[in-house]
Amino acid sequence: MSRNILVFAEQRNGVLQKVAAELIGKASELAQKLDEQVIALILGHGVERLAQEAIEYGADSAIVVDAPELGEYLTAPYTRAAVEAIRRAEPGIVLYGATSLGRDLAPRVSATVKTGLTADCTKLEIDEESRLLLMTRPAFGGNIMATIVCAEHRPQMATVRPGVMQALPRDAGRRGEVTRLDVAFCEEDNRVRILEVVKGDRKDVDITEAKVLVSGGRGIGGAEKFALLKQLAEQFPGGEISSSRANVDAGFIGRERQVGQTGKTVRPKLYIACGISGAIQHIAGMEDADFIIAINKDPGAPIFDVADLGIVGDLNVVLPKLIAALERRA
Amino acid sequence: MDFQLSKEHALLRELYRSFAQAEVKPLAEEIDEQERFPVETVKQLGRYGFMGIPYPKEYGGAGADTLAYVMAIEELSRVCGTTGVVVSAHTSLCCGPIYEFGTEEQKRKYLPGLLSGERVGAFGLTEPGAGTDAAGQQTKAVLAGDNWVLNGTKIFITNAGHADVFIIFAMTDKAQGTRGISAFIVERGFEGFRVGKEEKKMGIRGSSTCELIMEDCIVPKENLLGGLNKGFKVAMKTLDGGRIGIAAQALGLGEGAVDEAIKYVKERKQFGRRISQFQNTQFKLADMSTRMQAAQYLVYSAALAKDSGAAYSKEAAMAKLFASEAANDVTRQAVQLFGGYGYTREYPVERMMRDAKITEIYEGTSEVMRMVIASALGVN
Amino acid sequence: MNIIVCIKQVPDTTEVKLDPVTGTLIREGVPSIINPDDKAGLEAALRIKEQNGARVTVVSMGPMQADVALREALAMGADEAYLISDRAFGGADTWATSYTIAAAIRTLDYDLIIAGRQAIDGDTAQVGPQIAQHLGLPQVSYVEAVERVEAGSLVLRRQFEDRYHIVEVATPCVITVLSELNKPRYMSVSGVMDAYREKTVNVLTLAQLESVIDKGNIGLGGSPTRVKQSFTKQPKAKGEKYEVDADEAVRLIVEWLEARHII
Repeated sequence: MSRNILVFAEQRNGVLQKVAAELIGKASELAQKLDEQVIALILGHGVERLAQEAIEYGADSAIVVDAPELGEYLTAPYTRAAVEAIRRAEPGIVLYGATSLGRDLAPRVSATVKTGLTADCTKLEIDEESRLLLMTRPAFGGNIMATIVCAEHRPQMATVRPGVMQALPRDAGRRGEVTRLDVAFCEEDNRVRILEVVKGDRKDVDITEAKVLVSGGRGIGGAEKFALLKQLAEQFPGGEISSSRANVDAGFIGRERQVGQTGKTVRPKLYIACGISGAIQHIAGMEDADFIIAINKDPGAPIFDVADLGIVGDLNVVLPKLIAALERRA
Repeated sequence: MDFQLSKEHALLRELYRSFAQAEVKPLAEEIDEQERFPVETVKQLGRYGFMGIPYPKEYGGAGADTLAYVMAIEELSRVCGTTGVVVSAHTSLCCGPIYEFGTEEQKRKYLPGLLSGERVGAFGLTEPGAGTDAAGQQTKAVLAGDNWVLNGTKIFITNAGHADVFIIFAMTDKAQGTRGISAFIVERGFEGFRVGKEEKKMGIRGSSTCELIMEDCIVPKENLLGGLNKGFKVAMKTLDGGRIGIAAQALGLGEGAVDEAIKYVKERKQFGRRISQFQNTQFKLADMSTRMQAAQYLVYSAALAKDSGAAYSKEAAMAKLFASEAANDVTRQAVQLFGGYGYTREYPVERMMRDAKITEIYEGTSEVMRMVIASALGVN
Repeated sequence: MNIIVCIKQVPDTTEVKLDPVTGTLIREGVPSIINPDDKAGLEAALRIKEQNGARVTVVSMGPMQADVALREALAMGADEAYLISDRAFGGADTWATSYTIAAAIRTLDYDLIIAGRQAIDGDTAQVGPQIAQHLGLPQVSYVEAVERVEAGSLVLRRQFEDRYHIVEVATPCVITVLSELNKPRYMSVSGVMDAYREKTVNVLTLAQLESVIDKGNIGLGGSPTRVKQSFTKQPKAKGEKYEVDADEAVRLIVEWLEARHII
């Protein structure tokens, strides 16, 4: 019978990824409800020591496949290793990070073992009655939430967006069993060959792609204030700065960062409007953001009509304190 | 009677809209401000077949019909009046007469380059002393051996600064009046031909409107278009077709102003309410939209009449008369709905209002349209 | 070279609005489009066709209304189109969808299969890799550039969060591409005319695919997963405005961000 929760604990360059700890944290909670165990699966080359780290984050045991074929990520050998581990451990649930690696590997595994896979979950629960995994995910551009179950096939598999689940505090005293699994790779796994690995290459920003925008209006008071806004933006993954038209026209910032009627229409997850009064031509470009925070001195500024959270205050005082608070938290 | 677009026309509309939104709209303000001909857009228009919509594929056209063509002008003009007239003047006034009146050799020689958009076309009829009264032509053409020699000046020629091929009208028999006019295909680069000063205009400021000067301009004999002394007919027929294009331009401008106004009134707040909540706004927009819908029916039915091979001179005149007057009223009302913002260049409605004016004037003024319609009604 | 491009017709989710009163989704009037990642895949195929010569076939699974998405692909320059459509295929999850598409592809000639990374209505990114597995082909997903097309192989740039790989993959293979890969061309006017007058959309129903399909693997019945419940997010509550000192303001913001899982 399938039992226990297998967590694909993603590592890059021998560093366990944050999402791995987050998934182990969530899996521990689910395992407790099911009275089962959490097994971390570590794939890579020269990564055996990460098993202990995964255990310290809450895994009860770990399976390690350590092989030169698993150095840089390639779909075929990773799939072979993951499928082998699933066949061996027979877990009831398998969780992956919804990273560009996890979202390549997990569907391939699901098609191989013939089971369902729910992508980009933001919530995982155990149904009290059926003891099935309830996998909730946004769909339709985030406008709808759907709860998915996989009733008859095992394992139940999900990918989970990084940053959604909470990791447990690391406990250096935790111990668990580490199993080393040998996998026989074959010729068929070599149909994709890595010619070159280029690290740390990022393209120019496109504010319409940013997850979080910290945007400055006339009220920020000068070009140099964008440095402060940038510091705040850097507190969020995918955070960028943007601007209302006034600062662009004044030459404080490039036109590619202008939000509004004559600039770009953005719909980030979070839009922080700093010193922006909220002329309709600006609002037209940002009102579809999931969440809007406005900070402005003028309590009558129209930006407060569209903001989910409005702070009437001096951004020169609020922002440095907010940055410090977020830094402390991270 | 069928008011439903065919599937291909519906998909064409999607193409036109997405192209206009992404490629034309972003440049509209800039080309107006800088009075700059949108060379880069014309290149793209050529690539996607917009420069030869209603002509057969055997000559390099897109193989579609007049309805497909006017829909393109409509959608382009909805975001940029300049771009609309660039395509309209090229298609109706230059490619049109070559296709309809040209010899097989002329069609083979000129149409592929024009219809692919590699070369831009223009039409030279108007002169300082011959506007509505085309019979007052001063430009003369005299046959000398294997060539015609043209002398004279044309004015207000749309696309002139960037065109490569011109349909030029000149007197070949002054004594015959309108029956002494002939049409010629003239290329930029012909000896004695040059483009003169560019007009500074109120609207459609990105379109290049210039003077053409011919001083002993040498035109090969085989470039006579439509037969000797048949130029007046060529001009009138061509303008009938052109009017549907201009009607479509007006239609697009009016519709664009309605689009912008609807968006704005839903955002703009006064007295604690969105101005769309005021009945004055609602009634105004209801009227504006109804006017443009009526204009659309007239324009489309003129296009369908042309495609069916029936006489369409009256239909084209009615479409242009109604659409251009509607566009002028509607763009002006749109500016009014925008209030002070509407008068600024931050919003496109003031540009649309300026662009709309010319549609009551060129390719036959509203007064000429009324003359054409009245004459078709036998009221004279 | 035979290239198959998998496309999906999706509602343009950027045009979706919530009813401010009921909080439900307003689906009427939302235009249907070719999924953006898929369109980039089609553009990639058309470029290979122009540069190296290829026959481009587009395949879509969906209701009969998806015909227009395939016509659009034909109008952009695809040579052939197949619409996999049958009531029996309805309600499929990604596993059953990929199984069905893979079965249809088996009946066609292919050297390269291109899919978009993910669809904007579902965002799963699963169907491409699953098709690859069903067909037993190698896959490269998250392709952000096609570097070279060679006889028997492709050189691609594969994106990760912190790096990219230049990989060489042997054909036949499946690649999934990002919309950043290119700017897709428009349809052309003559292309639209051809799409309706010269070309056809071939419909593949269950009856036509029976020999390559196990009926237990299709549609809702063949889907391992099921939607238990779906609901719209709470409509945006009226915003709150605070006039407080800076420390209190910061505390409020942090608490607010935490409650929404933004931090």
